[in-house]
Amino acid sequence: MDYAIEFKNVDKKYGEQTILHDLNFGIHKGKITTILGFSGAGKSTLMKIIMGLTPVTEGDVLVLDTKINDLHDMSLREFRKNFGMVFQYAALFDFLTSFENVAFPLREFTKLKEPEIKKKVLDLLAATGIQVEAAYKLPSELSGGMRKRVGLARALALEPQIMLYDEPTSGLDPITTHVVYDLIVDTAKRNEERQFTSVIISHDIHATLKYSDYILFLEKGKVVEHSNVETFKKSVNPTIRRFLEL
Amino acid sequence: MVYIKNWIEQLGQSIIDSITGLGDFTQYMFITAFWAIKPPFRWKLLWDQMYFIGNKSLFIVSLTAGFTGMVFALQIYLGFTFMNIDSLIGPLVLISLAKELAPVFTGLVVAGRCGAAMAAQIGTMKVTEQVDALEVMGINSYQYLSVPRILAAMLSMPLLTGIFLFVGYLGSWLIGVKVLGIDAVIYTMKVGDFMKLSMIAEGLIKGFVFGYLIGVIGTYHGFKVSGGAEGVGRGTNMAVVWGMIIVLIVDFFLTNFLAKIL
Ligand SMILES: Nc1ncnc2c1ncn2[C@@H]1O[C@H](COP(=O)(O)OP(=O)(O)O)[C@@H](O)[C@H]1O
Ligand SMILES: [Mg+2]
Repeated sequence: MDYAIEFKNVDKKYGEQTILHDLNFGIHKGKITTILGFSGAGKSTLMKIIMGLTPVTEGDVLVLDTKINDLHDMSLREFRKNFGMVFQYAALFDFLTSFENVAFPLREFTKLKEPEIKKKVLDLLAATGIQVEAAYKLPSELSGGMRKRVGLARALALEPQIMLYDEPTSGLDPITTHVVYDLIVDTAKRNEERQFTSVIISHDIHATLKYSDYILFLEKGKVVEHSNVETFKKSVNPTIRRFLEL
Repeated sequence: MVYIKNWIEQLGQSIIDSITGLGDFTQYMFITAFWAIKPPFRWKLLWDQMYFIGNKSLFIVSLTAGFTGMVFALQIYLGFTFMNIDSLIGPLVLISLAKELAPVFTGLVVAGRCGAAMAAQIGTMKVTEQVDALEVMGINSYQYLSVPRILAAMLSMPLLTGIFLFVGYLGSWLIGVKVLGIDAVIYTMKVGDFMKLSMIAEGLIKGFVFGYLIGVIGTYHGFKVSGGAEGVGRGTNMAVVWGMIIVLIVDFFLTNFLAKIL
């Protein structure tokens, strides 16, 4: 099996406190995997390790076959272009319009000319369901759902291989939740042929069962289950059973 | 007994906190200096920040300057009315403005208006994960957010100090000549005798140093913010208070130092 991300004997400590214990798993290329777990289980820490935002204490992390715990600052920054990240509250730059937010990575990291940038940004915004009128508004003038769409468009701008979503639907109403998940699945489909991998952090069990291919269940810094949805539903682990019955 | 023990413990803790805080701050000064000399140089951001500082403080700097000059002229005139020093009022006001009042008052205004704004902007970006978003895109947030603000403050402060000096002198001239009835020629004729270029240089150098300190303190407190909107308020407050205190303290030492070298 082809892995986009691989953890080998990974320990993570903050001071004396061990946050992640001896993690060994691989996240499948071209699939949607959800990292599920209660608050404080270590999900965000796991995400930060994947992006090289915090170092591991022990073990190796391979992303797209590159050992990222060996990379140094500059090459790590360069490497992060393989990722897109959608933040919990979108994290749009509040001093830029939607258009400029999406154009931002293109202006920073490509040599595209203004007309090409314009076309690309409008295409990205259209693909995530943002109308042209909203493109020239500031984030403060947009609803939470729209901000998330713009955040997704920005994360897609550099055509990353791996997309990370940190609690993409927490704080959203049930309808917008499904809209956002549809968007995630749609994005994955549109980029399927280039082995686009999606990793979602969530504690929303129902949406997870409905939309993901694989589920990785984290409890107190340990992986207690990592399987496809069908197998996951049959898990006998008591914590997972409790989660499933929510 | 327990009370005294607690008190000593608290004192000890706050001393330790100040020392680690100072270490943290010193480290921040080195980090921002490092990223300032490393390409890419973001001229557009620098220009935007200078525009922002000018826009935010030009009016209030001029207002403060005008009234400071007027009051100062009046005080000297009233205080020394028993001596005939009409011809000295102009030079006295100008020298005090150039060496002290212009850089210090401009520093206080800019710390209050712009140091606060820096902390508020960066703090807000911090708590809403915009700073993380920059880092995830591979952009160094110190280089992108701190460096342009610090450099802009360093370049704007001497300019604003110069404007303060000009407007302040104008205010004093208005009071001296138009209100107190001192002859316009007498008011200005001794300026050349007393005023030296080094005095103006002293003011501008002070402005430059204060600009650096205001920028570095403002952005530092922005990056220190944690814990939502309340944290942003705390950071903003800290930026203003420390900005002003440092301007006043450093002014004292800088005056001493510049007196020796200029
Ligand atoms: N920077 C840090 N320093 C110390 N402890 C941390 C830090 N970040 C997270 N932790 C701790 O690690 C544990 C897991 O946190 P986190 O990864 O945020 O969990 P989750 O995202 O699943 O809620 C928590 O107990 C948290 O207090
Ligand atoms: Mg979390």
